[in-house]
Amino acid sequence: MSTASVPLPAWINYGVIPLLNLVLAFFFSGLVVWAIGENPFDALNFLIQGALGRGDAIGFTLFYATSFIFTGLAVAVAFHAGLFNIGAEGQAYVGGLGAALVALSLDHYVPWYVTMPFAVIGAALFGAAWAFIPAWLQAKRGSHVVITTIMFNFIAATLMVYLLVNVFIVPGKMAPETRTFLAGGQLPKLDWLMALFGLKLGPAPFNVSFIIALVMCYLVWLLIWRTKLGYEMRTLGVSPTAAVYAGIPYVRTVIIAMLISGGLAGMMSLNAVMGASARLQVEFVAGAGFVGIAVSLMGRSHPVGIILAAILFGILYQGGADLSFEMPNITRDMIVVIQGLVIFFAGALEYMLRPAMVRLYQTATGK
Amino acid sequence: MNLQSSANEPAIELVGIDKKFGAVHANKNINLSVGKGSIHGIIGENGAGKSTLMSILYGFYHADEGEIRIQGRPVSIRDSQAAIAAGIGMVHQHFMLVENFTVLENVMLGAEGGQLLAKGVAGARKELKRLETDYGLEVDPDALIEELPVGRQQRVEILKALYRGADILILDEPTGVLTPAEADHLFRILQVLRDQGKTIILITHKLREIMAITDTVSVMRRGEMVATRKTAETTVAELAELMVGRRVLLRVEKQEAKPGPVLLSVKNLIVKDGRGVTMVDDVSFDVRAGEIVGIAGVAGNGQSELLEALAGIRKPVSGEIFIDGKPVEAADPALLRQLGLAHIPEDRHHMGLVLKFEEYENSILGYHHDPRYGRGAMLDLDAIRRQAEEQIAKYDIRPPNAQLKTANFSGGNQQKIVVAREIERDPKMLLIGQPTRGVDIGAIEFIHRRIIEMRDTGKAVLLVSVELDEIRSLSDRILVMFAGKIVGEKPSDADEQTLGLMMAGIAA
Ligand SMILES: Nc1ncnc2c1ncn2[C@@H]1O[C@H](COP(=O)(O)OP(=O)(O)OP(=O)(O)O)[C@@H](O)[C@H]1O
Ligand SMILES: [Mg+2]
Repeated sequence: MSTASVPLPAWINYGVIPLLNLVLAFFFSGLVVWAIGENPFDALNFLIQGALGRGDAIGFTLFYATSFIFTGLAVAVAFHAGLFNIGAEGQAYVGGLGAALVALSLDHYVPWYVTMPFAVIGAALFGAAWAFIPAWLQAKRGSHVVITTIMFNFIAATLMVYLLVNVFIVPGKMAPETRTFLAGGQLPKLDWLMALFGLKLGPAPFNVSFIIALVMCYLVWLLIWRTKLGYEMRTLGVSPTAAVYAGIPYVRTVIIAMLISGGLAGMMSLNAVMGASARLQVEFVAGAGFVGIAVSLMGRSHPVGIILAAILFGILYQGGADLSFEMPNITRDMIVVIQGLVIFFAGALEYMLRPAMVRLYQTATGK
Repeated sequence: MNLQSSANEPAIELVGIDKKFGAVHANKNINLSVGKGSIHGIIGENGAGKSTLMSILYGFYHADEGEIRIQGRPVSIRDSQAAIAAGIGMVHQHFMLVENFTVLENVMLGAEGGQLLAKGVAGARKELKRLETDYGLEVDPDALIEELPVGRQQRVEILKALYRGADILILDEPTGVLTPAEADHLFRILQVLRDQGKTIILITHKLREIMAITDTVSVMRRGEMVATRKTAETTVAELAELMVGRRVLLRVEKQEAKPGPVLLSVKNLIVKDGRGVTMVDDVSFDVRAGEIVGIAGVAGNGQSELLEALAGIRKPVSGEIFIDGKPVEAADPALLRQLGLAHIPEDRHHMGLVLKFEEYENSILGYHHDPRYGRGAMLDLDAIRRQAEEQIAKYDIRPPNAQLKTANFSGGNQQKIVVAREIERDPKMLLIGQPTRGVDIGAIEFIHRRIIEMRDTGKAVLLVSVELDEIRSLSDRILVMFAGKIVGEKPSDADEQTLGLMMAGIAA
């Protein structure tokens, strides 16, 4: 309590503390690896090599990171308005429907760069629509958005399975998925970008949606810190009573914030559906919506922080997959444990090291 | 400056305390010694560094330099636990109580004495009883905090400190939120505590209180301790001058009002609070252009709810509000601002300011849609910062830094931020709640002048204050509110006695 109010310089707050948290997370992960009889240093080596060692490894890492940037931004935007959107998973899933509908209807006729803007809009609209009902219930009825968005994740999951099995399935096929999009419905890979750094992308699905994600980072930054709407959202998020005083309309602000949040989550599907698999499949979101919560938390709800945190989680995803391949003792579940430890230390225990840092800082500066 | 404040040996000695916040030098080489068993007042302008000094004593901040001695022994106070261990207790201006716990539970919180509650509870109950009889601090140990009036809540804060064995009690602006009767009661308690050998440090802006209760008083100015006096040997005028560094007018001068047409009119207004209790009961009145109407009353008699209803924050149950003769359709603060109504709210921490924002962001709160602050959807940060800096200069807000987080301004300077924002809009009507709560006398003079200027330029001003002096010196007409009703109207020269009786609901 006493140290909480002591200000620390930014380089400690945003540099040293997150780094130490990460080191701690890796230390405890190392203990886990060691406990099951593997060498933690080898494991770390495999993880890093697997995520960053080759061109295609980096491609996969950035592919995952792209999804996490979208969902991380989604969670952050809602968070600035004081809303905890746990529903990015479901919003991304339904967003995929929007992206797929655009791709399926345009891919015969136009090249990808014509399809893309419509797909962005489609994905965002469907994601936003899925966030609308929880938003409306929160704004008008006071039903807590945490609960309703969780419920809407489940509804989205069943709804999408129903649609894929009964509506979109290609006749005569077993797999619950749409037909494969033609080139006009696919987002091209970023081979050229990798080539600039002398790397070969190989089979990795790193694609144009990465650039869309970076543009969204900029737009979100603009929205939150440079627009009147962002100002209203932040006021509401930090001080609901001051928002009332200032005449900031609660219902409208909550709904708009959730729509933007849902829209960003929906755009995650561009990466997975149009960038990677070129078709809509069941469960393509694969937990990215939940990782977005951790990414936003770690990135302090700031786009730059979100990019960095998304890349970190990209590394864990891609490197982790490689690790479990190289060390069969370390199963997929073990990787999830390691990811959990990172979330735990970097997110939940964000403040654990703070008092110690304050003491250290005070002694170091002679206070 | 090592003037000892009492013949007794010192309970607290501060030697060469120095503290900087970046460029702000909040405490400069402070030396202070407070005698055991005395009440020592600390006064000074807003931002003079009083709260900072006390925070250092209580372990919230660390001094860059200097030494603290308690009962003659040097101590290192690294956090509030260490302060408690050293026998120091603090009553915060914003109470740190758990609202839905009982008095007993709050007092025990953090000092439960073991894993099993039951044993601790019995002991605590006994101890509470003892404190009650020793110091006259009666409160029902089983009452819920949220059901107690502020004065009682504050008593619980004092009990908490005593329960933890405090010999030294720090009170930072304790009377800001109290009614005069509650303040009197608090002072009686403090006197008993002193007579029992406790040492008390009292920070306040009200020189009357300093004269009434302290034994010694120190004056701070711009981070320095500039004087220490025996209270019996000084005067209000001397203290005021020491504080501000110049003569201060303790009463504003103003011309006769020249009331114009009615700008704000209230008819049969009924307002209920969150629990459904009728707080404003069938109230009607008019405020004309060019006059200040003061609403006098003991806190809690419906003034706050009346103000909130007029500002569009609270929806009235029935009744009508007219602005410029036209009925106000909806309870909507944004709409009312457009109609030319500005509002300085009573509660600057929860309403008037977003404490986590930087100063310039607060300088547009409520007016952020004004095209001056950016076209279309965007905010023009340069324009906003520029006007924030102008306001800072004009209202002498310290430190003059529009980029400082609002929470890091001293209480009085936060108030000036709100006053500057609302008055500089040049509204037609101004609603003011407790304009000078926590504000130093120099700044009070300044704010009072601004309010009178507003009146003289033909604005309608409605003033709510629990400070009867403030109401009497500013208002052209005084309405007295009691139990939700307006029980009478008096001219500004009505005597204090009559108003006091009306406020107590005794005479009309
Ligand atoms: N955490 C902080 N960071 C930066 N500046 C601070 C911080 N806390 C206080 N200050 C600055 O230090 C100075 C002294 O503030 P302090 O709160 O001690 O004043 P004060 O005498 O208590 O004033 P008031 O009567 O208005 O309460 C002010 O200029 C204030 O802005
Ligand atoms: Mg203060």
